[in-house]
Amino acid sequence: MFNFGIWTSEFNNFLLGFLPEWLTVVVECVLIAVLVLLTYTVLALFYILYERKLCAWFQCRLGPMRVGKWGLLQVFADMFKILIKELISLKDTDRFLFKLAPYIIITSSVVMLACLPWGNGLQIIDYNIGIFFILAVSSIGVLGILLAGWSSNNKYTLIGAMRSGAQMISYEISLGLAMITIIVLAGTMNINQLVWEQDSAWFIFRGHIPAIIAFLIYIVAATAETNRGPFDLPEAEHELVAGYHTEYSGIHFGFFYLAEYLNLFIVSGIASLMFLGGWMPFHIPGWDGFNHVMDWIPSIVWFLGKSFFISYIIIWFKWTFPRVRIDQMLAFEWKYLMPLSLLNLVLMAVCVALGWHF
Amino acid sequence: MNLLLEISNNALAVTATLTGIGLVFAALLIAKLISPKSYSVKKAEPYECGMPTRGESMIQFHAGYYIFAILFLIFDVETVFLYPWSVVMNGLGPKGLLCIGIFMFILIMGLAYAWRKGVLKWK
Repeated sequence: MFNFGIWTSEFNNFLLGFLPEWLTVVVECVLIAVLVLLTYTVLALFYILYERKLCAWFQCRLGPMRVGKWGLLQVFADMFKILIKELISLKDTDRFLFKLAPYIIITSSVVMLACLPWGNGLQIIDYNIGIFFILAVSSIGVLGILLAGWSSNNKYTLIGAMRSGAQMISYEISLGLAMITIIVLAGTMNINQLVWEQDSAWFIFRGHIPAIIAFLIYIVAATAETNRGPFDLPEAEHELVAGYHTEYSGIHFGFFYLAEYLNLFIVSGIASLMFLGGWMPFHIPGWDGFNHVMDWIPSIVWFLGKSFFISYIIIWFKWTFPRVRIDQMLAFEWKYLMPLSLLNLVLMAVCVALGWHF
Repeated sequence: MNLLLEISNNALAVTATLTGIGLVFAALLIAKLISPKSYSVKKAEPYECGMPTRGESMIQFHAGYYIFAILFLIFDVETVFLYPWSVVMNGLGPKGLLCIGIFMFILIMGLAYAWRKGVLKWK
């Protein structure tokens, strides 16, 4: 498998050849920042088109078709339009918190994006507690939503923010427990090591029954975490206009929109990392020829392919299931999903202790 | 640190945070430069489907959400204890499994108690 780290290492040595060490670090940090920014924007644009086209497909429509070939340039038009819209300042809002909320939401999603393993040697932040760090950062995003709803001085935004807060904190527990189930199997929280652990086979195959249950729990909890699909009641259009971002206009609204799509990519990326091997190609133990052929496909293609596939499933949820009520949603988490994920964790611990895994 | 550069993870995390802040700041700056500005009294009112707003909006709100937040706090702190255990689980042997079994039993009893008390019912 090609290691992209060789390129970056060579580039590092090239810079060290004529720059002092501290300046090299600064230049590299700036380059990384630009790279993350570009990835963030491109992914957001891709996801907007992806969702619109898939939604159209599920409803037997064509979707955007006028701007560019198959509507490919529609997202650029949308982005430009949102930039030139007026930023309305309202009376009686809490100005400081109102402006702080987009910063918190975008920053938490950018930091999470920088933790994902994009390919062999293509990972930026690699703490030894990687998965735990991602979860910690993701829970900061809730703060931004609560602040946005509270500071807008509007009853709809307040209800939307409260619903969203209750939903996100509730489903975070199942999300964490599904991840712990896999960490028990892997014995590490480092993202790079988690991927290498799946060299022989992906965790969903190595952990068989408990891993598959954990995967299903993760997908449901991730759908709720991103405020999507049947769990989009914080933004229920018929009741709350747009939920917590009703009062935001122009690019301010755009930030919430961007963060929502990026969070969709990030939860899909984590699912592919924890269950489907991250950038690790599909390997079957013993089939050396087959494994060798699979290694020819670049690792970044594997990662993006898996992530887009899981996003496809989550988007499919959205256009298939009707919206749930708030009491149904909370009861589903606390009475079914969380006890199930706790029992599943015990099952996985027993399986690992007795060596009943591959 | 997987890019084989000589930068610490903390520096990279700070870089990513600054990138996020910079993204919002730059986009807001561009939007402020090219977007139109106008002000009217009607426009600055909160949008509640055309109805005039009655009373305060920043109010204390429905205790049901508060109870779920407290429940979350309890269970989240308890799952935090599960993370270090999950990493070293394989080396602990049957004794470790028994200890965490007792811990999780208490956890599930806590949930059962809350359930019995009717906390999970939405009112």
